[in-house]
Amino acid sequence: MAKTHVTTSINGEPQEFLCEPGDTLLDVLRNDLNMTGTKEGCGSGDCGACSVTLNGRLVCSCLVLGVEVEGAEVGTIEGVSSGDGLHVIQEKFLEHAALQCGICTPGIIVSTKALLEENPNPTEEEARYYLAGNLCRCTGYDKIIRAVMDSAETLRGGA
Amino acid sequence: MSEAQEFKYIGQRTVRPDGFDKVTGRAAYGADLTLPGMIWGKTLRSPHAHAKIRSIDISKAEAHPDVMAVATFKDFVTLQSESIAAGEGSADVLDLAKNCLADDKVLYHGHAIAAIAARTEQAAKDALSLIEVKYELLKPVMDVEDAMKEDAVVLHDDMFTAGYEEKPARASNIATRVEMKMGDVDAGFADADVIVEREFRTPTAHQGYIEPHACTVTYDEDGQSMIWCCTQGHFDVRTSTAKVLGMELSKLKVVASEIGGGFGGKTVIYQEPVALILSKKSGRPVKMVMDRDEVFIATGPTSAAKLKAKVGIKKDGTITAMQGWMAYEAGAFKGSPMMPGVMTMFTPYDCPNVLVEGFDVVVNKSKVAAYRAPGAPQAEYAAEMVINELAEKLGMDPIDLRLKNAAKEGTQTIYGPKLKKVGLVECLEAAKNSPHYQSALPEGQGRGLAAGFWFNVGGQSSVTVNMNTDGTGTIVEGSPDIGGSRASMQMMAAEVLQIEPKHLKPIIADTENLPYSQGTGGSRTTFATGMAVIEASEKVVAQVKERAAAVWNVTAEQVDYADGVVRNTAGEDSMTLAEVCKGAEKTGGQISGSANINARGAGPSFAVHICDVAVDQETGKVDVTRYTAIQDAGKAIHPGYVEGQLQGGAVQGIGWALNEEYIFNEDGVMENPGFLDYRIPLASDLPMIETIIVEVPNAFHPYGVRGVGESGIIPPLGAVGYAVGNAIDRKVEELPCSPPRVLALIQNG
Amino acid sequence: MAIVIFSSELQKLTGEEQTQVKAIVFKDIVAEIANQYPALEHDALMKMAVAIDGEIIHTPFLEKVAPDSEVHFLYRISGG
Repeated sequence: MAKTHVTTSINGEPQEFLCEPGDTLLDVLRNDLNMTGTKEGCGSGDCGACSVTLNGRLVCSCLVLGVEVEGAEVGTIEGVSSGDGLHVIQEKFLEHAALQCGICTPGIIVSTKALLEENPNPTEEEARYYLAGNLCRCTGYDKIIRAVMDSAETLRGGA
Repeated sequence: MSEAQEFKYIGQRTVRPDGFDKVTGRAAYGADLTLPGMIWGKTLRSPHAHAKIRSIDISKAEAHPDVMAVATFKDFVTLQSESIAAGEGSADVLDLAKNCLADDKVLYHGHAIAAIAARTEQAAKDALSLIEVKYELLKPVMDVEDAMKEDAVVLHDDMFTAGYEEKPARASNIATRVEMKMGDVDAGFADADVIVEREFRTPTAHQGYIEPHACTVTYDEDGQSMIWCCTQGHFDVRTSTAKVLGMELSKLKVVASEIGGGFGGKTVIYQEPVALILSKKSGRPVKMVMDRDEVFIATGPTSAAKLKAKVGIKKDGTITAMQGWMAYEAGAFKGSPMMPGVMTMFTPYDCPNVLVEGFDVVVNKSKVAAYRAPGAPQAEYAAEMVINELAEKLGMDPIDLRLKNAAKEGTQTIYGPKLKKVGLVECLEAAKNSPHYQSALPEGQGRGLAAGFWFNVGGQSSVTVNMNTDGTGTIVEGSPDIGGSRASMQMMAAEVLQIEPKHLKPIIADTENLPYSQGTGGSRTTFATGMAVIEASEKVVAQVKERAAAVWNVTAEQVDYADGVVRNTAGEDSMTLAEVCKGAEKTGGQISGSANINARGAGPSFAVHICDVAVDQETGKVDVTRYTAIQDAGKAIHPGYVEGQLQGGAVQGIGWALNEEYIFNEDGVMENPGFLDYRIPLASDLPMIETIIVEVPNAFHPYGVRGVGESGIIPPLGAVGYAVGNAIDRKVEELPCSPPRVLALIQNG
Repeated sequence: MAIVIFSSELQKLTGEEQTQVKAIVFKDIVAEIANQYPALEHDALMKMAVAIDGEIIHTPFLEKVAPDSEVHFLYRISGG
């Protein structure tokens, strides 16, 4: 089957790729563009390890087809920190020991960033429900939620 | 070690050295390696739970232009039954091979039969339908009760129960029977004023790591074949894979990628030898990554179990006798964690009369793998539920009842030795004084409490500390870092070398850069690999002192080392560690220290958890409203990651107690092999998990460390189970307390 | 002489709860008791872990045992 040519923007940089009709955005990121920061935990939209933003909206990249991102803005974990250092959320995750194995961490950081852009002052319950689509098997979420709440506070303070 | 050690770095909450890579997505996990020319492998799995394989025809697949290699059991070398070290325990090499690719029988839904390599993952997947397998269906045996019946269909006609004085006349599904006892339980029960006896069931549950099993391999006829994979123990992957493929260890390098969770489940091989066969046949590097449903149907899980617990007690709360019975599912091949179940069941209690009988039973489910304190959660769940019921019957506080009978230094265990100094009493006292236990239970809610015991293990760890010419260093270790253990290695080396942790970089070496190291499991890494780090660092300090002494024409005994500076006690001279390292080329060559140890003296870690729940009377849904985990760490090297172990263990246990279970249809096919239907806890399901770290030092570790990774998963089953029963005024026996089961209890009593 | 205390499982083979041994190195203790109790298999014992005065050693061989030591054989534990 013929491949489709797709022009898109990833983390603000123009990007072109060829993909099969059945390839997911996750396949494209990981296998074609070698952006392996986005992880695959389930391939069915249940675990959130592959979370990215598509035109600012949080999505599971395993549920988006590669051809769907034509003309779109895609945001991945690789774009969270700027060249001169970590994003506050990344720093807070390290400070709070909010990761153990780290496989869910890129997805959770992308989701947290989306949460705090939507709602800079979430309650603990709002944070827990927003992140309910991101599974973590190591931490029991306690330290993740602490890192999210602390990030929110710090970002609000800096605004 | 002394009781009150002063530490300079240990006990701090440093930022982990691998943290930057893990929050930026740069860390490379099992599926993240791509090699030039690489192709993809996929596995054909059995749709049936139990069948004879009449024939496998791979000719159509081999002829397809996309297909570059096909592998079946015939590609393994001819193997004899032989026990080898595999993962955290031992396994029969023939069973291992037959689990990687079925021989003449499929023994569970999902059992691997063949594998195909093709240019893309999708092409490999599509080509699987070209393999033709003819089956003769057999009746699946899906639980221990059926499997243990006299007339049960037998999975292995060459398996005779071990553990009876005379070899049984007939093959059966019971691999092993064990009985451990001390004292006289009949006399003990005769002395009791109150006896409670109950039966319990726990479900098949999966470790549930988020990262699927993955590997990328290259096969090279001249040697230097390579496996890159996510594993808790890459040296054991090498041993097992080399064995089933008939390779020399020197011809196979295994590189441990970053690992996305394991919990015991990533201690065995599945795809690795198959991928190497595909690589050998195709002449290409091969990547294999499991889909999530493959992870559920063909890896892990832990044993479903049927258990009985009977405990007798006097009115004053003295336990007089404890009796247990358990049958654990091993899955398709023998080797459930029944033995540690027997050994741990009543160990939190000091009782002279104990009898426990256990059975290891094969059924048509995937072969169980280790899962955090393997075997203990099921057995101790049964014991703790009965202890709580006795406390209720006597009108005694459940902590007071446990304190009255708590295991402590000198308590005789059922498995052999008397306990050394342990921290159960301290954990119980901390629980009693905790804000949680001191708080009133909200109206309508239920509260449960349970204790847990796990041995922890020591074992082999190899470490080299290499000093650089600027006085910084590299800690080369062989224990994959699953939960932040690099940070503890860094801190322990820093403590010995008396320099800031950030100047020391821990790396996980591959199998060619260090001698054998056991995997990360059994709560052993911070304890055992930590001991090796300390010893290797001490060798560095000894060399630094010798070099300085030589320069100053004094003996090594005349120099002191503190705060990263070596001083001449017989004069005024001093040098920094960096100066000694910089000058090393002129004083005898570069400085490094190695320690290849077999650590002994692992110290048990006791845990006590408190759980409050609210139950929706209309739906049976249970919400954990408050939870506290208390555990003896011996010494918490990095308190943040110790708390993380306590919280993570607690939440896995909560999931096991509340929702997680394999659901099979009548044909033995798993119906919920995905995270939507096999429901592990979500952020929105939980409250904060309060923690209290108790520190009763382990006398056998220089800093007093006990492992903390495993005990935390034991108490939740009893704490949650009892809390649910308490909330709905019913006796919970079967886990999980999922909505339909709880609703049935509420409605039917 | 060190005391070797047998578990209930091993007692089925020894018929006794404990015995005293002269040997002072673990492997020699195994040889001595395997000799004393023919039902105990030397190789099977060598595959067990041991606790010497409460210190658990998973793969014992050359460990020294003091004259007043208490020795228990136990199953090797693995973990997750």
